[in-house]
Amino acid sequence: MSRADLQSILATDCGSTTTKAILIEKTGGEYRLVVRGEAPTTVEAPFEDVTVGVRNAVREVEELAGRRILTADGEGIETPRTLRGDGVDAYVSTSSAGGGLQMMVAGVIQAMTTESAQRAALGAGAIVMDAISIDDGRKPHVKIQRVRSLRPDMILLSGGVDGGTIAHVVEMAELLKAAQPKPRLGAGYKLPVIYAGNRDAREHVRRTLGDLVDLRVVDNIRPVLEREVLGPARHEIHNLFMEHVMAQAPGYAKLMTWTAAPIMPTPGAVGLLIETVARERGIDVVGVDIGGATTDVFSVFDGTFNRTVSANLGMSYSMANVLLEAGAANIQRWLPFEISEADLRNRIRNKMIRPTSIPETLEDLLVEQAVAREALRLAFEHHKTLAVGLKGVHQQRFDPFNQELSGQTLVDLMALDLIIGSGGVLSHAPRRAQAALMMIDAFQPEGVTELAVDSIFMMPQLGVLSTVHPEAAAHVFERDCLIRLGTVVAPVGQPPAGAQGQPALVAEIRLPDGREVRESLAYGELKLVPLGVGEEAEAELRPGRGLDLGRGAGTSLRARLAGGVVGIVLDARGRRPFGLPADADARRERLVRWFEALDAYPAQVAHLARRP
Amino acid sequence: MASAYTPGLTVTRATVVRKVRRLPIEGEVLVREGDRVRPEDVVARAFLPGDPHTVNVANLLGAVAQDVPGHMVKRQGDPVEAGEVIARSRGLFGLGAREVRSPITGTVELVSGITGQVTLREPPVPVEVRAYIHGRVAEVMPREGVVVEARGALVQGIFGVGGERSGVLRVAVERPDDVLDAGDVRPDDAGRVLVGGALVTAAALRRAAEAGVTGIVVGGIVDTDLVAFVGHDIGVAITGEEDVPFTLILTEGFGPMPMAERTFRLLRELSGREASINGATQIRAGVLRPEVIVTSAEGPDSLEAPRGPETAESQAAPAAALEVGTPVRVIREPHFGRLGVVTELPAELVPIETEARVRVVRVRLEGGEEVTIPRANVEIVSGEPHDGRGLGPGS
Repeated sequence: MSRADLQSILATDCGSTTTKAILIEKTGGEYRLVVRGEAPTTVEAPFEDVTVGVRNAVREVEELAGRRILTADGEGIETPRTLRGDGVDAYVSTSSAGGGLQMMVAGVIQAMTTESAQRAALGAGAIVMDAISIDDGRKPHVKIQRVRSLRPDMILLSGGVDGGTIAHVVEMAELLKAAQPKPRLGAGYKLPVIYAGNRDAREHVRRTLGDLVDLRVVDNIRPVLEREVLGPARHEIHNLFMEHVMAQAPGYAKLMTWTAAPIMPTPGAVGLLIETVARERGIDVVGVDIGGATTDVFSVFDGTFNRTVSANLGMSYSMANVLLEAGAANIQRWLPFEISEADLRNRIRNKMIRPTSIPETLEDLLVEQAVAREALRLAFEHHKTLAVGLKGVHQQRFDPFNQELSGQTLVDLMALDLIIGSGGVLSHAPRRAQAALMMIDAFQPEGVTELAVDSIFMMPQLGVLSTVHPEAAAHVFERDCLIRLGTVVAPVGQPPAGAQGQPALVAEIRLPDGREVRESLAYGELKLVPLGVGEEAEAELRPGRGLDLGRGAGTSLRARLAGGVVGIVLDARGRRPFGLPADADARRERLVRWFEALDAYPAQVAHLARRP
Repeated sequence: MASAYTPGLTVTRATVVRKVRRLPIEGEVLVREGDRVRPEDVVARAFLPGDPHTVNVANLLGAVAQDVPGHMVKRQGDPVEAGEVIARSRGLFGLGAREVRSPITGTVELVSGITGQVTLREPPVPVEVRAYIHGRVAEVMPREGVVVEARGALVQGIFGVGGERSGVLRVAVERPDDVLDAGDVRPDDAGRVLVGGALVTAAALRRAAEAGVTGIVVGGIVDTDLVAFVGHDIGVAITGEEDVPFTLILTEGFGPMPMAERTFRLLRELSGREASINGATQIRAGVLRPEVIVTSAEGPDSLEAPRGPETAESQAAPAAALEVGTPVRVIREPHFGRLGVVTELPAELVPIETEARVRVVRVRLEGGEEVTIPRANVEIVSGEPHDGRGLGPGS
């Protein structure tokens, strides 16, 4: 069946707790989301068969769509559609059940080959359990103990440039041999190891590890210092994910026979989608998925894709770890009311042990959203440290004032065009303005940046769908997946002494209906200009003295601003530093004013703040 | 999902407990199917490969890596004693000769002519798996381990620290809402598992450690006291490996939380019996909850109990449905920790204070007050069929 004939597509994502199914159909020349269904994932006992959860989720879709999609015996998906209209034309799936893909990477130099290996593994959708190098500061026996105690799904071994010295990478291979690593699932098969290092060492690596592990050899990820080639390693990781990890997971052997395309690791599929969006629209994008256990961050800057996963930052299982890493004071600073550290700690711990509970009071909602700001901030900080240019590369210096070193982060908040947020705390926030504010506070975008959330987290399904039908994936992404929140305008810096009384930002906005709005903001103020979804406005934006919208301090910028369900957020709270008052009372009063400016919470939030 | 709610934890007087006792690597099973075992009995044993040591022979001899195999006195597979010469270079006319000695007793595993390194491995280390509970060997997994089965009581907690231990149960407080303080710990409590009420104090934890108790089972703890007890803050809810003087199991949560009446009553009934306890908790995929198990040391005849779907381990996974009359506990503010009975299950989505529209449940709390709360914020208080018991005084 050719692509054009695909009228009806079913896509599932088998998450660690929930299996989500979406049905996409072509109507009036466009692909649109028709219905969705979900059911608990059934990888664990007592079912131990992922297809049970898939069938349950698809049954919900069948009920809502009013037709049969499963085969008559329920043992598969009916493809292609029958003459009676049952079934679908294609079925695709992603999976992160059973802990997703867990990898260990090894390289020679931490800042060079090991970091490249880490990027390859993360980009493929893996959790990196550890990254070992010759120079990571650990003694060989400590590294060996570590490898022995971890049970990864696979190992990626890299090291050396092609034609360079082979001794170091062979030393890493010998270290792996000494450790005799064991796979996480299934005792009866050899651990897959991908070798993507100096090609001259291939034979030696094969001799050292060949009979101990399932060795796969691919092109070097750093053939020369100046170039990183991650494609072949990422591709092999996906192959092995299907062959080994999926084949070992309960029920997957069956599921693999149902799908039209290989099952992808969930974050790998999301990354693919974000990469596609950035490429097709020629923009710089940051995407974030904040889950219960982990937070994934994806970015594309100047065409370079990066993904990181913060394995222990999340809103339920990992909530206590956000508290541990951020500290109570950093969470308290986002709360407009006073709360003791002991009370805050007990609340967070109780959420951790009962992860499915939801906030019922406004106070509890504010606590969760405060934790979310910190989880997002920390995950983004982590991302910035790994999304970097190649290290160890000699750069010619043309500009004596540009002291830029190699290995600087690629994340450029001023260049950033679009932030896409997903995950329950963002997608299900009772008011969309809450999601917008959480993302603005956590990422602190600079200049002009558009904001969106994934309505029901269908980016994984659309990512894998883009491998078989890019057009259908693009249609649904634009029309049904993304909820456009609007655009934030935020100058960087703070007014110099003596300019405190002057406006920090003046915006003259010509709305689509011809009206002109002029807003003048003092430093520390936040204002909202409503502008609907699909609408655009011309704006003349003038930052105050000492403040910069990307054209230099105090220099105006003309821009087209996209609307959304929230609108245009004018943010004169400053950046680097961000203008959050240090004094607790002043800070709480300011938070309430910001919340009110965006109409982000019910009116009683002001009473909470005034409560003795 | 139409009925998302947290399944309750198992609290039951009589169930079949099956414990899989598996070696980390293949080894030898020391018992046979049908054997009666005690908690401390070793049921399987294996030998882990010893620690490897790498020695940079090329550097030590001042030789190039390729020449190392030629300088070796010991070959791959040879046994070596600590201090024994493993490699020797002969300098010109015997001058500048150097030797490399083994730092350990073990075997020569690998001689590399690429890196000039030699890997030596220490002798294998034995690992033993104990029975953990009183029971009978129901199944032998050749070379891997056994399944020990017994009939008895099982109480699952919500969070714990510390691993497998056993001791005689003693209820150290009068009521489930009492605080377990230092004065409730007696000098003769060594080796016992103490049961407290709503809270254990930091002073009680210290006194218990001094007395040598093996475990404490209690409703709640103040988070900062837990941090002091463990010695560090716990970020990720994966526990069981902490270096703590005794195992601590919370049945309710953090802060003062009266122990559920039903749990307290069952533990009081079991007072004086030997309990096997484990604090290991893993809330993420593959939920592992801490547990208190009291099984009989009786012979296999008392074990003609149901198997398969009725065992305790499978009871914990799929939960019974919420129905009118189901006893529940509220697991979130503003009624956190209170018990009640379901009076209505409205089908439509209802807006709550946060403005979220969610599926709700009407609950009559103890004391008669009726409240509407999200279904996600109640858990079923049961491990046995709903009999309406365990709902506080007078029930």
